[in-house]
Amino acid sequence: MSIDMNQFLQTFFEESFEGLDDMENGLLNMTAGEPDVEQLNDIFRAAHSIKGGAGTFGLTSVTDLTHKLETLLDRLREGESEVTTDGINLLLESVDCLRSLLQAERDGSEADPEQAADITTRLAAMVDGDNGDDSAGAHEDAGSADEGNGGGGSGPGGGWRISFTPEPHLFMTGNDPLRLLEELSELGEIQVRCDSSSLPALPDLDPEQCVLSWTIELYGDVQREAIEEVFEWVEDDCSLTIAPLEPVSGNTAATELETAPESQAAGAGEVADETQQQKPAQQSGGGGNASTSSSIRVDTGKIDNLIDMVGELVITQSMLNELGENFTMDRLEKLQDGLAQLERNTRELQENVMRIRMVPISFAYSRLPRMVHDLMRQLGKKVDLQLNGEETELDKTVMEKIIDPLVHLVRNAMDHGIEPPEKRVELGKPETGTLEMNAYHKGGYIVIEINDDGGGISRDRLLNKARDAGLVENGAELSDEQVFDFIFHPGLSTHDEATDVSGRGVGMDVVKRNIKALGGNITVNSTPGKGTRFAIHLPLTLSILDGQLFRVGDQVYVVPLISIMESLQMQGGKIKRMAGTSELYEWRDDYIPIIRLRELFNEAGGGDLENELMVVVEEDDRYVGLHVDELLGQQQVVIKSLKSNYRPVTGFAGATILGNGTVALILDIAGLLELAQARDEVLTNGANN
Amino acid sequence: MANILAVDDSASMRQMVSHTLKQNGHSVVDAPDGKAALDKAKQQKFDAVITDVNMPNMDGITLIKELRKLPNYKFTPLLLLTTESAPEKKQEGKAAGATGWLVKPFDPEKLMGAVRKVVR
Repeated sequence: MSIDMNQFLQTFFEESFEGLDDMENGLLNMTAGEPDVEQLNDIFRAAHSIKGGAGTFGLTSVTDLTHKLETLLDRLREGESEVTTDGINLLLESVDCLRSLLQAERDGSEADPEQAADITTRLAAMVDGDNGDDSAGAHEDAGSADEGNGGGGSGPGGGWRISFTPEPHLFMTGNDPLRLLEELSELGEIQVRCDSSSLPALPDLDPEQCVLSWTIELYGDVQREAIEEVFEWVEDDCSLTIAPLEPVSGNTAATELETAPESQAAGAGEVADETQQQKPAQQSGGGGNASTSSSIRVDTGKIDNLIDMVGELVITQSMLNELGENFTMDRLEKLQDGLAQLERNTRELQENVMRIRMVPISFAYSRLPRMVHDLMRQLGKKVDLQLNGEETELDKTVMEKIIDPLVHLVRNAMDHGIEPPEKRVELGKPETGTLEMNAYHKGGYIVIEINDDGGGISRDRLLNKARDAGLVENGAELSDEQVFDFIFHPGLSTHDEATDVSGRGVGMDVVKRNIKALGGNITVNSTPGKGTRFAIHLPLTLSILDGQLFRVGDQVYVVPLISIMESLQMQGGKIKRMAGTSELYEWRDDYIPIIRLRELFNEAGGGDLENELMVVVEEDDRYVGLHVDELLGQQQVVIKSLKSNYRPVTGFAGATILGNGTVALILDIAGLLELAQARDEVLTNGANN
Repeated sequence: MANILAVDDSASMRQMVSHTLKQNGHSVVDAPDGKAALDKAKQQKFDAVITDVNMPNMDGITLIKELRKLPNYKFTPLLLLTTESAPEKKQEGKAAGATGWLVKPFDPEKLMGAVRKVVR
């Protein structure tokens, strides 16, 4: 019987990361000089669980570090050491280090061994600094490693005399002398003599008390440790002597052995064989690598809901089945009812399935308190971080991808937004700045807001920069919204020098691009002197989008509704042809390229564009007009990846299956722009040659 | 085969203990902390209880003390599954009424060895 423990490794990683987050939060709430025993207990427990699991899976670096961590935590919780700021920071660093060690184990990559060694040394130093004599901890586990039949001599005659007198309360510990004797018999041939001299008269007998004692002679080549192990749990509940059998009685032992009941001897042999075979199997099972598939924790309530829905779907289906088998026209109304119910069931089921992928935004929030804590120290600022709407749920993939932009925005607000304490006091503001995060649902979107009460963005300065960069035409009147939007333009930052905190080469333009890639949007509003507010709008899920269906040739295509600026009928006078390039269309005081989708998709036909339909779409502030044959309805479509089902195709974000079962391709505007550009270059080159 | 209650706040540890016991033919009910375990133990009689020490809500030592107060569990084998091999923890466990203990890191063979000591 071999049990592969690696199947539980994934669970271990998940719970360990959660435990580390809890530890981090606990540590961040801790104040130097004020030990909170309850909190320290929670932190200790989390470390303890990780150590226990890590030991099982043979993750020695994790075990070593958690062991040291535990020793320090134990001293803090027992009040033997004081909680200092340095101590808290070292503990936080240990959490980081453990996290990277575990991540490396999970991903099969290499962790930085020096970091772990450094932390371990510093933890040990901190423990030693308080009290030098804690060497016991390091050897604590040494005993358990040696559980087997290692070392120790046997009796000179190859046997032992054991005298075992249990305390009367032995039964109350759940131990039973009979089981101990049975266990001894597994080690070798035994002879048992029971001493019943303490047995009272029957009326005085208390059956819950153990009043018997035993003398056992155990024959054969048995290690003393093996016997001690049998009595390990009761050694404090009995008087026990284990002495080698006298050489004189060696003969007796030999004779006894001969008369040993064969069945029992054979039985014992079998057990021993089995144990030996088990070991190598166990080890080979433990060698494999853990799978790194990502998983998600789902609230049981959600799954129960889903099961309910499926139950209803089955009922509806069987009702429709029955209707279909004996259908007559007078039951048409019933059929329509049934179909409406089916539609309802399907929609509910879809919504509920989507919900499984939804996780609360607290996952994204969880990194922020630590970061703000560290940044406060680094920047010498005082900030109160308020996190609201933690229960707001969004798609797991969206969540994972929004963390970096959020981190960037928070860093920015800490670095450039909120002023240093002295300056705030000077300005008549509270010394401690406020950084407030809100998350809530609005329509089909999640809104995440980041508000700070810092210095705000200077509109004039930003506008001047934009003018210098040639982004604004002379004399153009811009709204506040348009001006603030320049902050997302590559290369426009109101700060001239990059700082250690936020100037790491990743600008606001990247933040915006990442959010756009998720199908979302970011806006900014700021009042100089009062603060800045960023608002991120994100779709609830990545796998469903609101689409506009249209026809080109006899194929139906989908374009994301969010990209569409306008659909119009082209007027002949506004269509311009530039030499060597494609056609342009005059739209909102600008000229935008026209892409003839018929041409691009190799459909027959071309001809005059006048009175034809055009859909103006936007991507990254670039506009393009798509010439289509016919606009169809708008509907939600489920995105199927082309990459995983076929191969990536430029210009298409994926495909979907329509109500009538046909496949429709979903346009990727950025890709289309690329295609159109490539085509134009060919045209231009052609014209030049 | 025996009906065993396995208590641990770590999901991976619960899974491993349950899996090992089930592989060896026992039936297993699990609980994430002492409090939940005590409720379950009151609802049905288990032949043995294996519990972690450090847990939220109610720790393993308190669980053992509480179980021993119940008439049904006066003589039941109650095992501590612990990382602390320090003697004082064992003493504390014994004083609370534990039958024995098992030292982590978790090892299926060690677990079954311990279970065989108390369940036949």
